[in-house]
Parts: sequence; C-alpha cells; structure tokens
Amino acid sequence: MAQVVERPERYVGGGVPRKEDPELITGQAKYIDDINVQGMLWMAFVRSPFAHARINGVDAARANDMPGVVAVYSGADLADDWAGGLPCAWPIAGRSFPEPTTEDPRMPNHWPVAKDKACFAGDPVAVVVADSRAHAKDAAELVDVDYEPLDAVVDPERALDEGAPQIHEDLDSNEAYVWSMNNGDVDKVFSEAALVVKERYRHPRLIPNAMEPRGVLVVPAPAQEEYVLYSATQVPHILRTTLAMSLGIPESKLRVIAPDVGGGFGSKLNVYSEEAVGLALARKLNAPVKWIEERSENYLATIHGRGVIQDMEVAATEEGKILGVRVKLLADMGAYLQLVTPGIPILGAFLYHGVYDVQAYSFTCQSVFTNLTPTDAYRGAGRPEATYAIERIVDALARRVGRDPVEIRRMNFIAPFDQPREVASGLQFDSGNYGASLDKALDMVGYDLLRKDQAERRQRGDAKQLGIGLSTYIEMCGLAPSQVLAALKYGAGGWDAATIRCLPTGKVTVVTGTSPHGQGHVTSWSQIAADALGVPIEDVEVLHGDTAISPLGMDTYGSRSLSVGGIALHFAAEKIRDKVKKIAAHELEVSEEDLEWTDGKFQVRGAPDKAKTVADAAFSAWTAHSLPEGMEPGLEATFVFDPPNFTFPSGAHICAVEVDTETGLVDIVKYVAVDDCGNQINPVIVAGQVHGGIAQGIAEALYEEAVFDENGTLTTSHMGYYRVPSAAELPSFDIDSTVTPSSTNPMGVKGIGEAGTIAAPPAVVNAVIDALQPLGVNHIDMPVTPERVFSTIAEAKGGRQ
Amino acid sequence: MIPAPFDYEVAESAEHAVELLGQHDDAKLLAGGHSLLPLMKLRLASPSVLIDIGRVSDLSYVRDAGDRIAIGALTCYEDAHFDETLKSSCPIVAHAAGEVGDPQVRNRGTIGGSVAHGDPASDIPTIMLALNAEFVVRGPTGERTIAAADFFKGVFEVDLAPQEILTEMRVPKTSSGWSYLKFHHRAQDWATVGVAVVLGDGSNNASVALTSMGERPLRAQGVEEALAAGEDPASAARRAAEGTNPVSDPMGSSEYRRQIAPVLTRRALEEALSR
Repeated sequence: MAQVVERPERYVGGGVPRKEDPELITGQAKYIDDINVQGMLWMAFVRSPFAHARINGVDAARANDMPGVVAVYSGADLADDWAGGLPCAWPIAGRSFPEPTTEDPRMPNHWPVAKDKACFAGDPVAVVVADSRAHAKDAAELVDVDYEPLDAVVDPERALDEGAPQIHEDLDSNEAYVWSMNNGDVDKVFSEAALVVKERYRHPRLIPNAMEPRGVLVVPAPAQEEYVLYSATQVPHILRTTLAMSLGIPESKLRVIAPDVGGGFGSKLNVYSEEAVGLALARKLNAPVKWIEERSENYLATIHGRGVIQDMEVAATEEGKILGVRVKLLADMGAYLQLVTPGIPILGAFLYHGVYDVQAYSFTCQSVFTNLTPTDAYRGAGRPEATYAIERIVDALARRVGRDPVEIRRMNFIAPFDQPREVASGLQFDSGNYGASLDKALDMVGYDLLRKDQAERRQRGDAKQLGIGLSTYIEMCGLAPSQVLAALKYGAGGWDAATIRCLPTGKVTVVTGTSPHGQGHVTSWSQIAADALGVPIEDVEVLHGDTAISPLGMDTYGSRSLSVGGIALHFAAEKIRDKVKKIAAHELEVSEEDLEWTDGKFQVRGAPDKAKTVADAAFSAWTAHSLPEGMEPGLEATFVFDPPNFTFPSGAHICAVEVDTETGLVDIVKYVAVDDCGNQINPVIVAGQVHGGIAQGIAEALYEEAVFDENGTLTTSHMGYYRVPSAAELPSFDIDSTVTPSSTNPMGVKGIGEAGTIAAPPAVVNAVIDALQPLGVNHIDMPVTPERVFSTIAEAKGGRQ
Repeated sequence: MIPAPFDYEVAESAEHAVELLGQHDDAKLLAGGHSLLPLMKLRLASPSVLIDIGRVSDLSYVRDAGDRIAIGALTCYEDAHFDETLKSSCPIVAHAAGEVGDPQVRNRGTIGGSVAHGDPASDIPTIMLALNAEFVVRGPTGERTIAAADFFKGVFEVDLAPQEILTEMRVPKTSSGWSYLKFHHRAQDWATVGVAVVLGDGSNNASVALTSMGERPLRAQGVEEALAAGEDPASAARRAAEGTNPVSDPMGSSEYRRQIAPVLTRRALEEALSR
C-alpha cells in the first residue's frame, strides 16, 4: 500500500528554493553595517598615497583638534600592541614538491599599521578613532604624515633587477621564493619531441568586488577581558586563532562572528590590518570600535587577485599528441605575504596539463615582492591561471598542426575513468569523462553551424568576424587531506566539521564549520540533513559563522564547503542514525539486524507499521526513561571529516564571439557551459554558481584589470574605470551538466563555486583569437579590451591601418 | 563614500536659486546629483554649500515652441527619452538621453545638469552642439541666451557666471536623418568616442559633433567641409579626427580615440542617411 509522505522522497537533487533568500531580499539580513552598539567608536585609516615611502613622522595635532576625535595612533604608537605581525599561514617554499630542495620563503614583517615604511599605496600608516564615521574620516584627512618617497617596484619583471629598490629591509632580496616540481624525464621529452609550442601569457591583477565591502566591529567585555569580533569574513575560525596570536589574547577570550556576509570571492579569506587594529583599539580604549570599508579603500587595501606571467610550453608529436608540459611562472606577491599569498600559484601547480594525458611535467614558480597591493586568493585561485595556460596553448598547438580545436582535444583527453587515476603532475584525479561534456557542449552550441557562419563571413571579408573558443577545464576543490597540506606547508588542516543536534520536539539543529557568504549552505545542508534523517526540510535549522556556536571549523574557500563540510554532515547523520537504530531496536524489542531504513524511519522488516522515526528516538533520548543499557542520553553527533583526496570538477565551455575588426569591440553571441561537479545537491544553486562564475571569468577575459602608473598609483581606482561588467554586457548562458560522481567522498560531490571563473577566460580569449585568424592574429592578452584588439589587429597587419 | 561637510539650501524657484547663489561663496547647484555627488563622495569636489534645485518642478518640461522645442533644464534623461514631442520632432535628443548611464542615472540625472556640468565625455552636450541648440541662462540681472557653440569652454568649464543658472535648452525640430553612435565598452560607461550626425536637407550640409575627442564637445569641421564639398560619406569620415586632441584615460588612449572616430563617423553618416 502506497503511503502518503509529507516530504518528498528526496530533497537532495531537487531545486529547493533557498531558505536564505526571504531575509536577503526583504532587507532583513544583518551585515556588519547593520550592527550598532551603545558607545561605539569609529575608525578611519590614513593610508599612504605613495607606493614606497619612508615614514619620517606622523603629526596628529590638527586631527586631534577635530570634533569628536578620541585618539589618533601611528604605527609607532601601536608597536607594543602586537604579539606578532599579521599572519601568513602558507609559507609555501620551504621545500619543492615532494623533495625539499629550496630555501624557506622570505617572510617580511607585516605590522597592522606601518611603522617605518609604507610599502604600497593604501598601506595604513595611522588610524583615527572618533565618535562618528564622518568625524573619523574628516580628521583622517588632517593627519600630517612626513613621507620620504622612495623608488618603487611596480613591474614584477623588474623586481629582481640589479639596483631595484629593496622593498623589505629585513630581507635580502625582493624574491619571495622559488618552488618547483618535475615528473618524468622532462628535458628528454622536450628535446626529442617533433615540435614544441611556447607562449607567454599574462594574468591581469584583478580587484575583488564583493557586494558588501569589508567591515569589522569589536565589542569588548572589559571585566572579563573578553572580546566579540564581528567581521565580514569568510573565515571566522581562522580569524579567531590567528588574531588571538597576533594580539596575544587567549583564544578562549575571543569570539568571532561572521554575520550575513555579502560575498567574498576569496578576498575575505584573510586576516587584515583593520581587524587586528579594531581588536587592539577595543582593548586599548575599552570601547566598541567599528570600521566599514569604503569602495575606494576596497580597491587599494583589500587583496588583489592573479598578477601572474606564465611561460608555457608543450612538447608534441607532429600530429599534435601532447607529450610534455613545462611552465615557468612569475608571480606578483605584492607588498606583503597575506594569509595564503604564497600558496596561490601552487594551487594551480598540479593542473597545467589540464585534462590531457601527458608523460612529462614540470612546474616552476618564482614569486617576487612589488610595491603594490598584496595579492591572494581570488575566485579560482591558481586554477584559472593553470586552465588558461593549458587551454590557450592547446589551441595554439591545434593551429600549429592544422587541426580543429575539438579534434586536438579529443586526441589528447585522459580516457574516461571512475576510480582514482594518477596523472602526470602526481595527483590522483577522482573520476572524469572529458569527452562527454565536450560532446554535449558542441551539440548545444551548434558547432558545425557556427563554423559555417564563420567561413561565410571570412569569405565575404565582413567587418564583424565570428570566433569560436573552447575550454575543456579541470580544477580541484577541497584542499586535503591534511597530511598533503603539511607537505605543501599549509598552516592548517583540510578537515571540516558538522554537528547534528536532534531536539526533543523532533526538530533538528545542524551546526557547520563552513562559513557561507552567499553560497546557500543553509539550504543545501538542510536538504542533506532532511534526507539523511527523514525529517521535513523546514524542521532543519543550520547554524554557522559564530565561533561560540560552531567552535570547530575551517571555513569557506576553494569550493571546499560541500566536498568537506557537506560530507562531515553526511557522516554526522550516519552517527545519528546508528544511535536511532539502537534506540528503535530497544524500544521495538527487535535486534538491529531486523530494522531497515525506509521512508525516513527504521522499520521492522516485513512489519512496516512497527517503526521509529528520528523524532521518536530524539524524544526517547531526551527523556532517557528507557534507553539501552549504558547509552548516553541525548541525540547529538559531531563528525570531523578529513577527505582522503581533492575532488576534481571538470567540464566544457564554448564561447562564440563577434569581433568588430574596425573598432576592436568583442561581443559574446553564444556561451555554452557543460559542467561536471559530480552529484548535485541543489541544481538551482549549481546554476547560480555557474552563472556568477562565468560572469567573473568573462570579466577577467574582457573587462577587468587593476592598472598602476609608473609610480605605483592605482589608476583604475573606482568602478568607473575598473570595469566590472553588468548584466547588460553579458549574454544569456546556456548551461547543462554531466555527472561523474566523485570517488573521493560517499556523496559523489565535487564542488562548483569556482568552475565558471576557471573555465571562462580561455574560452573567451580563444574565441577572439579564432575570429582574428584571417588577420593573422595568434595572441592577445587579457583583458581583451577594444583598444587591445584594435592595436593587435594593426600590429598583425604590420602597422597598416 | 563620505563627502566633506557642506551646508544645504533648498531653492523654491530659479529666481530663488539665483538669490541663494548670491548669498554663498563656493556654492554648487544640486539637480539630479549624478555627476556632482560622486565627485563629492570621492572628495574631488567639496563645495561649502549645495543649493538644491531638484524641487523646482516648473523647470521640468518639454514644450513645442513653434520651430523649436524647449526643454526645461531639470527634465531628467528618462523623461526626455520617452517624450513624444522629442521622439517625433527631434528624435536624436530622445535617443541620446536613453544612452546615458543606467536606469537609475537616467531617472535622477537631468539634461540641464549634463549641459551645465560640461563634461566632454557626456553625450548631451555633443547632441546640443550638433543641433546648434540655444541655452537660456538666468542671472541676477535677468535672462540671456547663448548658442551651444559658444557655451562649452573646456573640461567642466562652461559659460555660466557663479550666480547664473541654466533654465532651458532650445533645439530645432529636425525632419531629416540623424544618428548618435556612442562607442563604449560597458553599457554604463562614458563614451570612449561618440559621434552625432544631424543631416540638413542633404548629406552636404550635415552637422557632425564628437564626444570625448577633446576638452569639450567638438564639431567635426573637416567632415562637414568634405561633405559640403560633395565628398561621399566614407571619404569625408576619414577627416573625423582632424584637429582633435582627445585625452588618454583608462577608457582609451588618445591615439585609439583618433583611430576609431573615423570608423564611427562613417557608420553614423551611413545610419543617418538610411533614416
């Protein structure tokens, strides 16, 4: 007899509406700026206008006379407030992989407020505290800093020149580190190959534009010497541990809360000056202290992304079979090593062969300091760089051997597999079928028709030429396991935690160690828990982002949340079910073997009316009137999951562009994405991630670049000049997916947060180059602005206009 | 994000605004605020007082004035864009107003504000120049009119005395072809280059004006001369960059602007001739 169930058979896999949205779209969300407490003071930072300058003195007299000003502090004034500088948790060099061969990285002192020297334009040199934001800001303009401007290193390629200005006087060079790895006989493969294709690619510096800028509020409880620090952060747990160390505050006395956070894209995976100074001043002044970043400060003082130059080579047969990959990176660290700055290029180190089967692999990264804003993680972090290089050069190889880009990819793909498979870089890919997603994408985009249209336009010599670009990408999510991270010198583990607490009324509280800031974890985690425990999704509450509520966690970055934190939840639910099963067996007076989990409850085999739900067991566990002998009361479980491996999402993106050869304007006419993120918990959330990701990838390809002048002053200092695209510039995305469940975790999930940003840039740039083939263009750098296209065409024509 | 402190006054009428301007040094008129307020938030402008003329509702109109159309200075872009009189009798203004910024900007920003601001990267001044528009200005001693060709002096510099307020723009009714091609990277960007074409009774007396090609909106005199001399549009357009000295900024180098101006001028002429 069919039973009427109050809940769908499965929430997982369905497009459940996001639980977060009613609050967000009705303005009830609480961001830092919405949190105000009695007696709160405001900070405003005085920032160096020079990229490199000695600080000979800070005169706060005029500022101190301004209305509402409480105090003004220079870096020297605060020198004794720090137990340590701002943390860098990923001193990557230390060894090359896997053999230790290189020196430790050069780690400069990084004080929250610069004391002797400002090392980039935007470096904080003083802080004003006042009774209002406006008063603080007005007074900050009147702090007189005696700067002695110094020559600046603006171009990373000049950082190691003889006579280049030495940025950090506590170090002996502007080089941060060199890190390399080699697998296979690379030199032999390259020297014996029929052909070698070598190209140089540049990744512009990008400015993360989270919708909510950064912000911090520190509320002290002076009698207890306790502090609550609210921050618009992705990493409340990491922030708590590292700030406790930098400030010399017992970690147990510091509670960090990430309230509603309006996006991060990696930029809030950090420990910033303003957070450390806020905590120091709340301690010093015994008063709540707040700071909200201005957008123009965001552009200067929040980390930048990318900033990498790649010399990329492939060795291949005459037919175009790739034999080896060799790449040398020059990575711009900026002025300081922020939380994971050195590790970012290394996140791509294992992926420069992409989805292609090669024999020999070599990666080297040289990282240098410059007098520019520090770089660090930005959506994709290392993987967009790798994907761009291999996908660009595969197209270059196709042109060299006269094959279609589709054909060259098919002949080089790693064959389909569903169990871990070692690849040339030494990683174990989890599962993949790269041809399947490409075939689907080709079908969706109408590849043959596009090629026909292209041929006709070329024939006619149209001003607007059509180009088609492919990107068959792979990335890696869920940085793990912890032992591998140790080998990479990452300062923390790769695990995450989940707690399930079944309340006596049958409601369920899930506590996660991940820290969502727009992703929709509350919804996805509710789906997982509801299915695993047989409860309606409305009965699941998900708590996060508060170290007092969720003490165990490693936060949210690198598309790790589902493949690590989500799996922790899966296993925590298994622990709950194990206990429920014991209680059910005890109460139904059967053995556990006689019970089966069906329709969200434990039933006695063959007697479906004899059953116990999780809610039944939760009540029994709470009353504890008749539990099995020796069982602890309560129904609660925590699981900490340390994955055995990364997960490897992949897919195929195809972009068709129309290029106006007379003006250089590029218009995307079609964009197809087939992503494989393994099993999907919520396809609507997946689609949202894909849309946003592609938009950000297109932004890098066509629009965005942080441009500095020769003095190191940011010229794209506002949104009028730094071109974040809007919906008006973007095409409709035609998206679909293939599913190859991950072999790394029991849910078969991989991750989707960064895929679009990783996949899109080479698809777009390859399309532009393809369009310009009749004009002899084989290379163009990002961002592909109209002017750059125009001048590239002019150059290809030999200067003829 | 946070402007420097300033005082704020509300003007009840154009006359009142002129009076208030007389009472304060370093005052700025606030209309839609979409050019002024961003400058103030970046502290690139810090007037000591703002005189808000946004409530002077009788300066927001589009009126048929016989052979001309009168546009009140406080008419917002969006109203101009959808105005039936403009759409039928001077469509280039309605079209260009719809090319400015984004919907939020178009609903707040005003036609008169754009003209008085004198930004060479703005669309409306170029359109006014191409149309040989006339501006009505009120000051302490009464009204005067001034031709668009004489009004724009330089970057953010126009022929307005400290106590004067622009009240009306008068544009001719047009019956022949026109075009405004705004080349920009993003929809909401200023024009890298803009080309306005208003044809007379044939292509040989077209007026052609350029956005972002110098310190103020410019007439493309070389193109106009070539057309008057009977050259075909494609060859006349080649002279579009003649005598121009556009700025280099993150939207495009001076050289690039000079290179694409002829292409856009050719296309604008072709579009105007096809209308």
